[in-house]
Amino acid sequence: MADISNNFVGIKSPNPFWLASAPPTDKAYNVIRAFKAGWGGVVWKTLGEEGPPVVNVNGPRYGAIWGADRRLLGLNNIELITDRDLQVNLREIKQVKQDWPDRAIVVSLMVPCEEHAWKAILPVVEETGADGIELNFGCPHGMSERGMGAAVGQVPEYIEMVVRWCKANTRMPVITKLTPNITDIRKPARAALAGGTDAVSLINTINSITGVNLDSFAPEPTIDGKGSHGGYCGPAVKPIAMNMVAEIARDPETHGLPISGIGGITTWRDAAEFMALGAGNVQVCTAAMTYGFKIVQEMIAGLENWMDEKGHATLDDIVGRATPNVTDWQYLNLNYIAKAHIDQEACIKCGRCHIACEDTSHQAITNMVDGKRHFEVIEAECVGCNLCVNVCPVENCITMEPLAVGVMDQRTGNPVSPVYANWTTHPNNPMAKVAAE
Amino acid sequence: MATGHFKQGIAGGRLSPEQYADNFSDLHPPLDHHEALVESDRCYFCYDAPCMNACPTSIDIPLFIRQISTGNPIGSAKTIFDQNILGGMCARVCPTETLCEEVCVREVAEGKPVQIGRLQRYATDVAIAQDKQFYPRAASTGKTIAVVGAGPAGLAAAHRLARYGHDVTILEARPKAGGLNEYGIAAYKSIDNFAQAEVDYITSIGGIDVQNGTALGRDYQLSDLTRNYDAVFLGMGLGGVNALRADGEEAQGVTNAVEFIAELRQASDLSSLPVGRRVVVIGGGMTAIDAAVQSKLLGAEEVTICYRRGQEHMNASEFEQDLAAANGVTIRHWLQPKRVVAEGGKVSAIELEYTTMKGDKLVGTGERLTLTADQVFKAIGQSFVPAALNGSGALLALEAGRIKVDAEGRTSLADVWAGGDCIFGGDDLTVSAVAQGRDAAESIHRALTSNGRA
Repeated sequence: MADISNNFVGIKSPNPFWLASAPPTDKAYNVIRAFKAGWGGVVWKTLGEEGPPVVNVNGPRYGAIWGADRRLLGLNNIELITDRDLQVNLREIKQVKQDWPDRAIVVSLMVPCEEHAWKAILPVVEETGADGIELNFGCPHGMSERGMGAAVGQVPEYIEMVVRWCKANTRMPVITKLTPNITDIRKPARAALAGGTDAVSLINTINSITGVNLDSFAPEPTIDGKGSHGGYCGPAVKPIAMNMVAEIARDPETHGLPISGIGGITTWRDAAEFMALGAGNVQVCTAAMTYGFKIVQEMIAGLENWMDEKGHATLDDIVGRATPNVTDWQYLNLNYIAKAHIDQEACIKCGRCHIACEDTSHQAITNMVDGKRHFEVIEAECVGCNLCVNVCPVENCITMEPLAVGVMDQRTGNPVSPVYANWTTHPNNPMAKVAAE
Repeated sequence: MATGHFKQGIAGGRLSPEQYADNFSDLHPPLDHHEALVESDRCYFCYDAPCMNACPTSIDIPLFIRQISTGNPIGSAKTIFDQNILGGMCARVCPTETLCEEVCVREVAEGKPVQIGRLQRYATDVAIAQDKQFYPRAASTGKTIAVVGAGPAGLAAAHRLARYGHDVTILEARPKAGGLNEYGIAAYKSIDNFAQAEVDYITSIGGIDVQNGTALGRDYQLSDLTRNYDAVFLGMGLGGVNALRADGEEAQGVTNAVEFIAELRQASDLSSLPVGRRVVVIGGGMTAIDAAVQSKLLGAEEVTICYRRGQEHMNASEFEQDLAAANGVTIRHWLQPKRVVAEGGKVSAIELEYTTMKGDKLVGTGERLTLTADQVFKAIGQSFVPAALNGSGALLALEAGRIKVDAEGRTSLADVWAGGDCIFGGDDLTVSAVAQGRDAAESIHRALTSNGRA
């Protein structure tokens, strides 16, 4: 049986599935339920500084988009950090950690961008026995208007500065949580590393409006006729999050920096993908908010079964395995040639591959052969773009088949070259590097 | 169980009022909003969609389903009505399992087609409930057209002609318009008086005058119409019922299934409608199924359909056969009626002969079977009654006993078009009658306006 126990920057948990800092981790009540369900750890919902707690809106905090069957595809929220008293949170954290010593408890923090504010909160958190802290530089709504959350995360210099303060004032591992609402995710990651962070976690939520009510002309979620951009999360953001994880994992400056992967993780497979791209563990929120804490049981069993099937003994065998395969476009092999192939047995003749190719691509799929409805790839036209595969409603009906070396590409009339050749050396590239004599 | 259940002979009141109501409720209840969204999401929006090509009226099915999925049922209804103004009834009565849904790629892929018929009903129900009219009537052309028969073909023709600004008079022999939609289909396929609601929806375009209770050959002749109108469309359907060709078929209790079905549709109190305790239906088409199932639903204890050929030859679709079986109707094959046995002038049994194929000919084997029956329904097809056409004037050419028309619905007489069940070459489907009526109207319009220009 595969061992899925996790050691993330020295924080141990029985599995790599943590609940992200968010509504599900706001109280001992929820966290205890999560631990009973099997979650390996939690990042406690963000604490603010001592004093009157923040207040939340009293109308809708969440918006969503759905599939036709009301399957929730994306969620957004305008909830702020914890609106409970700091001391209550600290007492609960301490008690839960005592009662659940094998589970990870990391505390998310967000206080004003002043050293004294961080100096004040770090010791009281440390006193709870928490395993680490996560710096919330990601919240895109509300708190960012007050110079915290994403307002810090969008300025690499501030990130470095605050991380440095924290590292200087606590023994606890520091995880820096990054906002995706930025042009190049590598910059804040490098800044966090420069400040001495032990790890980064990403992504926080994405600025979003989930819908517009076409009767009131107000954005959703609507509070008394007005709306504000909220943080987008859930399955819809997974591709964006995975790219950002991979960018940091493969950046020479940050390569090796531990990453806690977050963003739309719903199943064991999502988690395995994040980890393959370089995440040392994962954090989950929307899936739990949609289905409840029990989903972790599927995640644990699924990850174990997959690892057993593939012969991976520990998480170290999978973390970062896909990272070397993420590269720049310019290094892709231009001599690799694939053609779409339609399995006529599996084809249900919906014609979507044909019309997608005919209207929007390369006119490389028939719709009629010898007077019969028939969909077949015209290899002389097929550029191997994969659009037909993506629009086909039948899994594995259309596949991309690489042409073997030496086989004639009917589109170009040239045989497939055995040589790897990319854009950097391509004759059409005015910047091409000429091979040395 | 109501006490009347085991009454001998042909009797009403076999069931409790609740049982009648339950038995004759909607066969396919309408989809609610969420169900329609989920079902519409199953449509793949196929290119050159097979469903659309299978529809005799060529409704753009992928488009109307997509319009439902985007929350635009009114737009969806217009897509349907553009091709088929009786889209509401067709949604209820079309044998979709042998038309659009049979060729749905989801049927091919997983044996579960998109429920096109129910989605069509969803969209058309919204439009009809709001009385949303999509087609303004063009300025009057002053041309007048007589339409004989207010069934699907006649109504479709009348609506299309009215759109073009022609003045249409529909002459209908029965007391109500609708044709077989009103008189000829099982009650549970069209509840809440939908046929009349649809007639009202269609005729409210204006320029259509429906005169009920006026029959061709009785109240007027074809020559009257050709003399008084610029064009004539014949859509009177089939007036005759084929005979059993069995001895004693004049016995009391031997009934035409179409009459039973019509009577049932018109009944305001189903408990007053008598039905036998043991019913035998002779035939293998939709009418046989409708009569058999409804007999069962009215409380008949035993209902048996006897068909002279095999299961694979039945005109009734597989769905209809399953419906009959699910309602407890027994379907027996390879049996032809030979003699109706009567006691005191009333049916007491029917004697049948087993049949077999000898080469390509159906022959009796000589072996006989007697089934106890107090009611026998004849459902072995209807026939065209040409006599009404021949009151005066020129004769209309027939083909195999029905009116001969060309591809546009033109008969052998100038100024006379025809469509629906009364023409040769049709398939006796409501939806085909609609297509023929619509296309004949286009042909009439072209003829009256020199290729469409008024």
